[in-house]
Amino acid sequence: MSTASKPSLAVWKFASCDGCQLTLLDCEDELLAVTERLDIAYFLEASSATVAGPYDLSLVEGSITTPEDVERIQEVRRQSRFLVTIGACATAGGIQALRNFSDVVELMRIVYATPAFLSTLSTSTAISEHVDVDFELRGCPIDRSQLLEVIGAYLAGRAPEIPSHSVCVDCKQKTNVCVMVAHGTPCLGPVTHAGCGALCPSFNRGCYGCFGPVESPNTDAMAGALAATGMTAGEIDRLFHTFNAWSEPFRDMSVSVAPPMTRQS
Amino acid sequence: MTHRATGSRALSTGALARVEGEGAMRIEITDGRLVDVQLNIYEPPRFFEGFLRGRGYREPADITARICGICPVAYQMSACTAIEDALGVTVDGQLRALRHLLYCGEWIESHTLHIHFLHAPDFLGYDSAVEMAAAHRGAVERGLAVKKIGNGILETIGGRAIHPVNVKVGGFYRVPPRRELQPLRDQLERGHVLALEVVDFVAGLDFPDQEMGYELVAVAHPSEYPMLGDRVVSDRGLDISASAFLDHVQEHQVEHSTALHARLIQRGEYLVGPLARYSLNAAKLSPTAAAAAAGAGLGATCNNPFRSIVVRAVEVVHAFETAIALIDGYEQPDRPDVPVEARHGIGHGVTEAPRGLLYHRYEVDDDGLIADAVIIPPTSQNQATIEHDLFHFVEGHLELDDDELRRQAEVTIRNHDPCISCATHFLDLTVVRS
Repeated sequence: MSTASKPSLAVWKFASCDGCQLTLLDCEDELLAVTERLDIAYFLEASSATVAGPYDLSLVEGSITTPEDVERIQEVRRQSRFLVTIGACATAGGIQALRNFSDVVELMRIVYATPAFLSTLSTSTAISEHVDVDFELRGCPIDRSQLLEVIGAYLAGRAPEIPSHSVCVDCKQKTNVCVMVAHGTPCLGPVTHAGCGALCPSFNRGCYGCFGPVESPNTDAMAGALAATGMTAGEIDRLFHTFNAWSEPFRDMSVSVAPPMTRQS
Repeated sequence: MTHRATGSRALSTGALARVEGEGAMRIEITDGRLVDVQLNIYEPPRFFEGFLRGRGYREPADITARICGICPVAYQMSACTAIEDALGVTVDGQLRALRHLLYCGEWIESHTLHIHFLHAPDFLGYDSAVEMAAAHRGAVERGLAVKKIGNGILETIGGRAIHPVNVKVGGFYRVPPRRELQPLRDQLERGHVLALEVVDFVAGLDFPDQEMGYELVAVAHPSEYPMLGDRVVSDRGLDISASAFLDHVQEHQVEHSTALHARLIQRGEYLVGPLARYSLNAAKLSPTAAAAAAGAGLGATCNNPFRSIVVRAVEVVHAFETAIALIDGYEQPDRPDVPVEARHGIGHGVTEAPRGLLYHRYEVDDDGLIADAVIIPPTSQNQATIEHDLFHFVEGHLELDDDELRRQAEVTIRNHDPCISCATHFLDLTVVRS
């Protein structure tokens, strides 16, 4: 495979479910065309052949949860000309950032008989807390069309066109009936970043915030509206503290007296 | 680096490729004798069972889906089944049929990814499907087309292919009217034809002879080839309800892995996944899948891990034919879910993820919060068997130089489609010859 003429692509994994890098392989109609424009230089899930860096475009999946990964992300940054983080783990610490609100030693004891064998940090953090990131693509998982837009924009040398409005705007554009107004279904749409195509409301379900907070969300008003649907303080806390629990405005949300995640069994 | 077996050798590589998640393999050879083989899983631990405590009973379906982006539906199905068991709720009829249909989509997508992207390049001597596409473009494009149709089921029923949003305890948030499934049915007809071609393609690959003596374990259903079910059986007489699973399976931690190893108490290591499902249920395959299996030379059972690629292709045919039958029998249920109320209870769920049996157990408290969670994914159950396979293979091939030994050992691992993310946890090869 020639590497001289095409930009090189590397895909990196940190703590994650593999779903965001799988999104690239889920571009069934475009995948072979993408490989005609980019050389896959490092993508372990798809290829045993690896080419040494530096790489033109790096996609980084997953969060930083171990001392080794604190070092590895620095090397990935050094080897990458343009670095894009993909998904809620890489952009916000992911579901595993629930440990940040808890005692990690206690969590280790619940799962493992001999926690001493494990090498882990007490926090799960976004890639941008460790290195400079050139673009962040949100979602748990990311959206396939948005990933193709980011890659296409990179190849064209322009900024990606990724809307930054809330899920509510997408819902209105789809002429969905508002699940919260019409049915009293709790929905995080007003404070959540668009990108999913207002998927949950289209399935008669309230948004559960998997694309993370929109810029400057009114989380207090949101919490009040959720309480008015009959949700308990604990339920509201948990809704904010799931897949993007460690992203800034959601992180500080605590409407119940006790912080979430400290309940002892 | 090429040292011969007669001496003492040390060899290491970067991470193992074409598996889902990250891991390493360590092989130790002293004076030309194989001393130890370890499959190291060092995918960073994520502590799902820990932080599930104190969450609401409706949350594990979405949270545990995030254990694995390749088989999220399996997590959703085992989680819902276990919690419904704890709350005394049964989901049957058309709601169960829709779950079965959704699961068919995940089997098609996951198996087709493994066949074309992870496994077939090993048999044909390529590093990736992209490289394979230069000489086998038609086969790769056909694989992508089949995978896309599988994802179409997940998108139609679940909302999206990765982490579907429509599954809930008690059923679904929204059930589609019958007419919405018609366009999907047309695609499935096309997928079924392509899937039969894929069986022919993989049946023509070259398979080493390697019959292994594993105890084979799978979910059982009285009439269906198992995806959803409530019993666990083996080819050596194990026959238990899901609720007795932990009485028979013991997990233990090993120093070289963040995945816990599982063993059958007093029976030892065992295998879950396509070989187990097929060998225990070949008679329950759909008609064209059964005919395709016979045409591909599979007998009543299959114990050769290299041939698992054929079994997966046969299961894809089965999933298409089953999905079409489920759509033909579908009538939109009156409501999308069965009513569920919080109460104290303990429940168990077993379903067949594409890579094998996935067990969940939850204790729910009076307020509907999770008091305890246990998740035993297929790769944890297979890890001891994969190490056994590796030991057997390496011991028989010490004459190979390090590069070839490494390559073939990796193939031995990929035979089992380990999902290392699922093992909540990673491969990188080290051979120490001293």
